[in-house]
Amino acid sequence: MSVQASSAIAENPWLAQSVEIAAVTPELPGVATYHLRFRDAGLNARYRFRPGQFNMLYLPGVGESAISLSAANENSGTWDHTIRVAGNVTRTLAGLGVGGELALRGPYGTCWPLDECAGADVILVAGGIGLAPLRPAIHTCFAERKRFGRTTLLYGARSPDMLLYRRDYDAWTDRGLNLSATVDRSQPGWSGDVGVVPLLVDRLRPLTPANSVMFLCGPEVMMRYNVRSALERGLRRDQIWVSLERNMQCAVGLCGHCQLGPAFVCKDGPIFRYDKIERFLNVEGL
Amino acid sequence: MTAGARPRTSPEIETLLLAKTDFQAFLDQLWQGGYRVIGPTIAQQAIVYDEVRRVEDFPRGWTDEQSGGQYRLKRRDDEAWFGFVVGPHSPKRYFFPPQVAVAQADRTATGWQFSEVPDQEPPYALLGVRACELAAIAVQDRTFINEQYVDPIYRRRRERALIVAVNCTQAASTCFCTSMNTGPRCTKGFDLALTELPDSFAVEVGSDRGADVLSTLTTTAASEVELQQAEVARQQAVDQITKRLDTKDIRDLLLGNLEHPRWDEVATRCLSCTNCTMVCPTCFCSSVKEVSDLTGDHVQREREWDTCFNWDFSYMNGGVVRNQIRSRYRQWLTHKLASWIDQFDVSGCVGCGRCITWCPVAIDLTEEVAAIRETPA
Repeated sequence: MSVQASSAIAENPWLAQSVEIAAVTPELPGVATYHLRFRDAGLNARYRFRPGQFNMLYLPGVGESAISLSAANENSGTWDHTIRVAGNVTRTLAGLGVGGELALRGPYGTCWPLDECAGADVILVAGGIGLAPLRPAIHTCFAERKRFGRTTLLYGARSPDMLLYRRDYDAWTDRGLNLSATVDRSQPGWSGDVGVVPLLVDRLRPLTPANSVMFLCGPEVMMRYNVRSALERGLRRDQIWVSLERNMQCAVGLCGHCQLGPAFVCKDGPIFRYDKIERFLNVEGL
Repeated sequence: MTAGARPRTSPEIETLLLAKTDFQAFLDQLWQGGYRVIGPTIAQQAIVYDEVRRVEDFPRGWTDEQSGGQYRLKRRDDEAWFGFVVGPHSPKRYFFPPQVAVAQADRTATGWQFSEVPDQEPPYALLGVRACELAAIAVQDRTFINEQYVDPIYRRRRERALIVAVNCTQAASTCFCTSMNTGPRCTKGFDLALTELPDSFAVEVGSDRGADVLSTLTTTAASEVELQQAEVARQQAVDQITKRLDTKDIRDLLLGNLEHPRWDEVATRCLSCTNCTMVCPTCFCSSVKEVSDLTGDHVQREREWDTCFNWDFSYMNGGVVRNQIRSRYRQWLTHKLASWIDQFDVSGCVGCGRCITWCPVAIDLTEEVAAIRETPA
């Protein structure tokens, strides 16, 4: 499923390519989108990924971190990654400004199965920063509008000021995305829903279960409850895909860290059809 | 199979005899041919793999006594060169080294330069490789060479290596290769295979590379008597194996019992010390750490063996997935014996028994499987 950017990467999975930070868009407290451009212009032009795939971002002397692509930015010719400061790599990255240099290898992993979903109603369900790996899928739905039925985004964040990409919502809605957002805690000025995302799944109208697919990305517990709601609404397990997070170090199925049952989350995932991973996902501490 | 010992293209030749008195010439020949010759030798009261230059380096006249949590060297009452079983080392450490640089970064006037680290190791001649170890090499080939992504260091070392196997003529109480169909007879994956006789080795040729090496040595054709002697010696190993692992439906058995109470029970004994994974000839988990020089201008990415028994192995920002020893032991055993089959179409266990011998509290995976089999969910 994964797409190789260059033969060099295919030959030695450890060889990373130099990229620079072309721009930084602050998103939320501790979250920013880094617009990365390969220093090799030819490579920047050749690079391709599929929505849902991730890259390994490398800072020499600090380490690597697996980060999903959040957009192919055609305007700036950059590959965008929305990153929350969570560890050494992301903290150091946040300290680099425009022009800062790092290395990238990828893309890795499976993608949202948009190719198989022609004609279907696409329901995207995201929690918190889990919206980032779904954003390229939203862009694909817009770019190939006629290939899909209704597109819906059900999104939950802790509070209204933690809603990611909020500046884009009007444009997304104008382009036909049915967007419902909910927050755990309200703030002054918020007139939307308060509560967990499964409530949005429960209320989703219209819904044609037989002709729908659902892509989920967020904390595992959030995905679990949303899947439960989706199944109650009549979707089948093989119409649901989840994006999983595990400790990914090599990204190529060689280091062993990301295993979940028989799956290497890095190369067999991160996106799994739910019926294929459910049995292992629901075992605590596996 | 893309690596290592290729099957012979010429018709099979008879078993030859290499006199022990000619073995030093064999070693010399390998060193002169550019090989770094690795074989069994004694260090720190164990038989380990290391460089061997002289036949005196072999543990001649020594044997190993092994049982759960026990390993002891003991004098033999003869001068057999390979009269022991397997030690804590395996060929794994040569193809998949415990520590190796996989990439590097150098700060230059125009920014960081990212590059590979050329592997400088000369080709290995691995001498004394047992049948279970040949099987383990084949298992690791699937992980490092035959999948979508290839480990370049493993592939290079593997493809250039000469493998001289030795048939076991005895077994330890921890051996169960017959249950895993991996031994004790060496049947494939070698360039040459030896069976030790009192004054000579019966040599079988497994590849053209092996035939080429052997052609430069003084050998004689083995007589019926000597062939029979070799067969008796090999059968002795088969007869001494007492440990069994019932592998019937083992994948479904283990993956269908992920909440079995035995995982709680074994967790009260397991120290999560990582010994089993360090001695296992197929465990492949690793981590990469950043190693900078004092200026910070040169950074090496060094890969080290890691293990699913380390607490932070499954660390994520949200927390450690396998926070309990129960989870970590379950991961190791179910991976080794069950999900490995999903991943690589082969068991991750070759029945060498190292994890039993080197477990400080003598946990025996065959007993753990039997306990789950007795009372499945």
